[in-house]
Amino acid sequence: MRNTTELSSHRLLKSNKNRKDSELKGNIIVKSSAIIIITLTIALTVFLSIKGLQSFIKNGINPWDFITGTNWNPTSETPSFGSFNFIFGSFAVTMLSALIAAPLGIGGAIFMTQIAPKWGNKLLRPVIELLVGIPSVVYGFIGLSVLVPFIRNHVGGLGFSLLSGTIVLAIMILPTVTSISTDALNALPKNLREGAYALGATRWQTIKKVLIPAALPSLLTAIVLGMARAFGEALAVQMVIGNVSDFPNSITDTAATLTTIITLNIGHTTYGSIENNTLWSLGLILLVMSFIFILIIRFLSSRRKI
Amino acid sequence: METNVLTKSELIFSVNDLNLWYGETYALKNINMEIEKNKVTAIIGPSGCGKSTFVKTLNLMVNTTPNVKISGEIMFRGENLITKKRDLVDLRKNIGMVFQKGNPFPQSIFDNVAFGPKIHGLRNKQEIEQLVEKSLKDVALWDEVKDRLKDPALGLSGGQQQRLCIARALATKPDVLLMDEPTSALDPISTAKIEDLIIQLKEKYTVVIVTHNMQQAARISDKTAFFLNGEVIEFDHTDNIFSTPNDKRTEDYISGRFG
Repeated sequence: MRNTTELSSHRLLKSNKNRKDSELKGNIIVKSSAIIIITLTIALTVFLSIKGLQSFIKNGINPWDFITGTNWNPTSETPSFGSFNFIFGSFAVTMLSALIAAPLGIGGAIFMTQIAPKWGNKLLRPVIELLVGIPSVVYGFIGLSVLVPFIRNHVGGLGFSLLSGTIVLAIMILPTVTSISTDALNALPKNLREGAYALGATRWQTIKKVLIPAALPSLLTAIVLGMARAFGEALAVQMVIGNVSDFPNSITDTAATLTTIITLNIGHTTYGSIENNTLWSLGLILLVMSFIFILIIRFLSSRRKI
Repeated sequence: METNVLTKSELIFSVNDLNLWYGETYALKNINMEIEKNKVTAIIGPSGCGKSTFVKTLNLMVNTTPNVKISGEIMFRGENLITKKRDLVDLRKNIGMVFQKGNPFPQSIFDNVAFGPKIHGLRNKQEIEQLVEKSLKDVALWDEVKDRLKDPALGLSGGQQQRLCIARALATKPDVLLMDEPTSALDPISTAKIEDLIIQLKEKYTVVIVTHNMQQAARISDKTAFFLNGEVIEFDHTDNIFSTPNDKRTEDYISGRFG
């Protein structure tokens, strides 16, 4: 009798210890991951800020001139660092590609969720997922070998152009926009659709007047996320946009973006030189922009109605 | 068939030999029911007996479920809903429906009620405003919301949301109001308000209400149908069903022996 109680109490104690141990382990793993992520983000921001501000503090470039100047000529005897054309290029390809990808992506999402859910889930969804997985260099390569000659022969200009960059980016962000929009529409309660149908609304009226307004904040989030991706994409754009620092006069004109200038030049500038520092400043602009994109997304999510 | 034309004219629905399958599942079996005008018809029965399916068949909402097969006839305004390739828009305008859980659109209170009239082509702003006011008055919600018609409907309480949904259904000026357990998610006070409302509504509308609450059926309905396993076991005046049911199974159910 005594023996058994002893045994069981022994067992109990042991299992309790195990539980406490795993509790502690889990706690440590989770907390340290969080701390590492936070530290990394802060370190990155601080590092990029310090490096990016060098050109203004150490090299005495006027930040206003840097942002608004249109002349970028870092290697001449009297170097000038005006990055407006790149900022413009980045915004131009981002906005234009969003303009193409948003209606297509949201339209596809509506098709997949409302019109043909079976067919859409079987065929369209895997295709979209496949598109996400294709590396950006492949998009750039296809753009370079198909799109650029096509535009040169049929639209005009050199082929390397804002237009090529826009189209390549639009295709690249399409899956992002589509899949987030699909999730947004799927997350709508089913009874909204029932309610509209029961009032005699047609399918299109239901989509247009009930479902899209209800999902609007999430749909906008999808677009902004796509734009954030477009804004940050470097490689594929670089391969088709032409990388000329002049201001593009038309959509078929060559251009450059913040990212393409960085990737093209960071390799052959000396660390600590003015030119190198100004590239870091371009990077800082990118970082600030992505913070702004995140703020927009936060704002939109807080307005989500359902 | 032609003998009692008088009674026929007071019928809203005449359901004959209605059968319904969800894929392989035989959900409604040979339903025969006549639903009278300006009466409240209650449908009671245990979960899964087909009572919701039945009301959803009356406005063909059931067709939105995949693999549904229906046979038989539902006569409404002299036409068989099931065989006729009917204009669903028009049908659902005339047969309003209220669901188990209030499902206002994430829009303003005003826009919710105005939704039906607007999609059916009403453009005159003044008429829409009058219609919204009248519908909200019909459900006794007007005084509670008249100062905040532009506020989001989802900010209302559950009971108010459900009354708003009734108002939304009434705004399309239907003949019939189908209600699928409209009070099952509500507290007793909100439930009482909706029950009062239903009793008033039958002056102008015909109400078919699904409920799992037998007291509710007894309180508000004129006729009651007891469904079990997809069949109508008994359909009679509510008083008879609750005082002297003919069928043993009805008696067992209403006395709480199962379900």
